[in-house]
Amino acid sequence: MQHITFILNGEKQVVNADPSSRLLDILRDTLGMTAVKEGCGEGECGACSVLKDGKLVNSCIVPMGSVQGAEITTLEGLRDTAEGENIISAYSDSGAVQCGFCTPGMVMAAAALLRENPEPDEQEIREALSGNLCRCTGYNLLVKGVTLASERGKEKGIWQ
Amino acid sequence: MAVSYVPATFEEAVRIRRETGAVPVAGGTDLMVRYRSPAGTLPDFPWPVMFISGLKEMKGLFLEGVELVIKAGTELAVIEHSEIVHPVLREAVRQMAAPALRNLGTLSGNICNASPAGDAVCVLYALGAEVELTSSSRMRRMPIEHFITGPGRTVLKGDELMTAVRIPLHSESASFYRKVGTRKANALSKLSCTGFITVTENRIADMRLALGAVGPVVVRSAELESQCIGMDLNHFRNYKPDLRKQFAERVKPIDDQRSTAEYRKETTLNLIDEFFMLIEKELS
Repeated sequence: MQHITFILNGEKQVVNADPSSRLLDILRDTLGMTAVKEGCGEGECGACSVLKDGKLVNSCIVPMGSVQGAEITTLEGLRDTAEGENIISAYSDSGAVQCGFCTPGMVMAAAALLRENPEPDEQEIREALSGNLCRCTGYNLLVKGVTLASERGKEKGIWQ
Repeated sequence: MAVSYVPATFEEAVRIRRETGAVPVAGGTDLMVRYRSPAGTLPDFPWPVMFISGLKEMKGLFLEGVELVIKAGTELAVIEHSEIVHPVLREAVRQMAAPALRNLGTLSGNICNASPAGDAVCVLYALGAEVELTSSSRMRRMPIEHFITGPGRTVLKGDELMTAVRIPLHSESASFYRKVGTRKANALSKLSCTGFITVTENRIADMRLALGAVGPVVVRSAELESQCIGMDLNHFRNYKPDLRKQFAERVKPIDDQRSTAEYRKETTLNLIDEFFMLIEKELS
């Protein structure tokens, strides 16, 4: 066990964890960040997506040993911001949410994309979501959702 | 339960490696999956491990003389977006996995994993890449084809860390890269093929062909390649059937969950034909 210090959603955290424990387990079980879902547990489905130092990662394959000093953002840290609300309402208005299990990961993937590229084309959106599986929507509604988030975000000046 | 370490500096990593033989884990995209345990439990690593993704000394890529140096901890996403990286390597990396995995995984991890199906590894063979290995007492480098000896097997010693991939700068007249898999994102490839052709004064000055996932290691033949040097269009056309046959003899794929040996062989030969058409076009 080791003390691991990192920033979670803007607040400093010190957890006592084995460096090989998964970020996903620490987020859910120790810190109560239950928006982070475990789907496949092997980096294929994206349900556990979080931002690590601003980059999209699968928290199920990130060992705590890699989190020392890092900045982690989960949906809990994004949903009440203008950026998060914009994506969530765009998904909601586009019918991009059905069962909801993939949704937190899909929001994180969209946030990572739009920060780098606020006006992505369809191909870029599909590429950005390619590591996130959704078994309900058939993806078209998600692409529509990200497009809407991009358009509304531009009007609101979210990425300026 | 395996012991795990988080070195704070590169020197400490080298020392831990020497003293404990701990296996370095960079992105974890292979090892965290291979040794995963049920939710809430620790991965079942069979050896001590050390997590090196926080080591800034191991990150970055730069040009040095006639080589591109990619330090071992550099994430795939960084390589994909860097303009000093050969476009075919960038393309191969871009087609790997998905964005979140490319933010974690490293090229050196891909090499040490030594999967015959590593797509970027196939490109590295064609580019003549070398790997740099560092221990507390020495540093050595060797061509990638000497480093990888079989599926999952390398000559990395128990006290060594891979510290960089060194890629000679290469400019060709035309390049060829194909990855064949079941879907674009995430799926490991059934096979991959990298070709480079350089023509000067209507003759072949340099030809390289690397074939991935069709044998225990990536297939590249210096012997067959050198036979093509100096050929003009007519000469190459006449020689092509024989050359194809000789490549076919070196392609020895297996059946596995991703594909069959028959499919891999047939498709690889089709891709070789496509590359030969490109060579003819360049010679015309």
